[in-house]
Amino acid sequence: MKNNGINIALKSIFYLLLVMAALMFIYPFVWMLSASLAPEHELATLTVIPSEITLKNYQVLLDKIPIGRALFNSVIVASSVTLGVLVFGSMIGYALSRLEFKGRDTIFYIILFTMTLPFQITLIPNYILMVKFGWVDTYAALIIPYMINAFAIIMFRQHFKSIPQDLIDAAKIDGCGELRIIFQILWPNSIPALVTIGIITFMASWNEVLWPLIVIRDEQLMTMPQLVTLFAVGGRAESQLGVKLASAVLLALPILVAYMFFQKYFIQSMASSGLKE
Amino acid sequence: MNSRHKTILPWLLLSPYIIHFLVFVAFPIIFSLVLTFNRWNIISPMEYIGLSNYSRILHDRLFWKAVGNTLVFLSIHIPLQIIVAITLAEILNQKIKLRPFFRGAFFLPVIVSGVVVSILWQQLLGFNTGIFNRMLTSIGLGRVGWLIDPNWAMPSIAIMATWKNVGLYIVLFLVGLQTVPKAYYEAADIEGATKWQKFWHITLPMINPTIFMVVILSTIGGFSLFIEPYVMTGGGPLNSTLSAVLYIYKQAFFYYHMGYAATLGLFFAMIILFVIVIQKKFIEK
Repeated sequence: MKNNGINIALKSIFYLLLVMAALMFIYPFVWMLSASLAPEHELATLTVIPSEITLKNYQVLLDKIPIGRALFNSVIVASSVTLGVLVFGSMIGYALSRLEFKGRDTIFYIILFTMTLPFQITLIPNYILMVKFGWVDTYAALIIPYMINAFAIIMFRQHFKSIPQDLIDAAKIDGCGELRIIFQILWPNSIPALVTIGIITFMASWNEVLWPLIVIRDEQLMTMPQLVTLFAVGGRAESQLGVKLASAVLLALPILVAYMFFQKYFIQSMASSGLKE
Repeated sequence: MNSRHKTILPWLLLSPYIIHFLVFVAFPIIFSLVLTFNRWNIISPMEYIGLSNYSRILHDRLFWKAVGNTLVFLSIHIPLQIIVAITLAEILNQKIKLRPFFRGAFFLPVIVSGVVVSILWQQLLGFNTGIFNRMLTSIGLGRVGWLIDPNWAMPSIAIMATWKNVGLYIVLFLVGLQTVPKAYYEAADIEGATKWQKFWHITLPMINPTIFMVVILSTIGGFSLFIEPYVMTGGGPLNSTLSAVLYIYKQAFFYYHMGYAATLGLFFAMIILFVIVIQKKFIEK
């Protein structure tokens, strides 16, 4: 009986600590949201619920920087990159897993090699390429270099290997070409792989900031992370903390909303990407 | 006809990759080597300077500063990351209520842009109104210059990076923990092993591959550190948060020293590979 009491007490302490740990990860985001909605003079007090809710910070932000346009740019860039990675990744993954040809292993090892290559080596030459191609200040610079992803190719190759050959043979007898096999036979049987690769790619593209900082100078073409970064460090926030936080909220919001609905997929996708590396 | 079609077809499917590889990987690698022997600001013609960039790097105080800063970052970030991640993963691996909620909470910062996290933590670490200094002053301690004291700035960023990434590593360790066969623990129970002994002699060796992966990913992350110092400190105070990528960025896009920036990139890449090889040797023991 006494033992039971101690057990319950220990359990309560355990859960209390666990909840506190979870709050350490959640509270900063809650504070960021409420601070962005609070009047400027209340920010210093750090309360979670402001005495009045105001959208003034967001109005100031909309007046100062083209954040709507940046949202549009980010959607265009991240969607195009994701589509490219899925289409090309499955074509290449299919060739590497389902077709027999000389040089297949060589290509596969080249792909593995490029995955281990630190990006610090290619950063400067790739910028110079963008200059020579005339791609500075275009969507092309943000999209085309990212449309092929070694990790996605490896994932597709792995996945297509697990699909029964009968399915492909049957399609071939019906006279399907290779592209139709990939996109009409294999894709419907690969939804989890498509979702996993799609989420990782979209998220990475959405959050990418170094490359846009390098190749985009025109404010009208900036993606959200870049515009928010330059706003935060460039002095245009004029030390108005609330406005700065509002810009961070707008940047985080789309991914956070997606995360709320697809939390399980996000975690699985990221975990599998970590495991494969 | 059919057999010719068959040999050409794979290469048609592979052509996007081959073009991409030649243009965005192979050419840049070769070109970066060429750049290291030249001085170039993109606008005027390239000027061959032999090994000057290489000798310059060895005497460049800021290059070594960036290397040192990264090592400071890693020496705090890696142990902290592993301890926190294993602890929380062990807890989540028990029969606890609301496990998806807790896992989801720890994972939250992983999905959010580093820009958001940097802006947010810049406020939390603020000298006068930041929550950390408020807590310190409320229990009667003095304020800490988290981001303005050269001794604290890099450790602060290392702690923040741990907060941002640890959720991913919790999930990876959870996967690792679930691969440990239950029979091992049962056998240890029969032998009368304590919880700590079981963890030390069964769990830890079994999740060693996961630990190795976390070390590698964190090392690459440390050498890729950019947006955090860019937003929070600009590399200061006294260059104490100047990171490898931030230094490359400054050389290339503030001073337009393309040759020297390419040399820096090459050296940092070599250091990354070197550090990973050493870590591999060390952990396999």
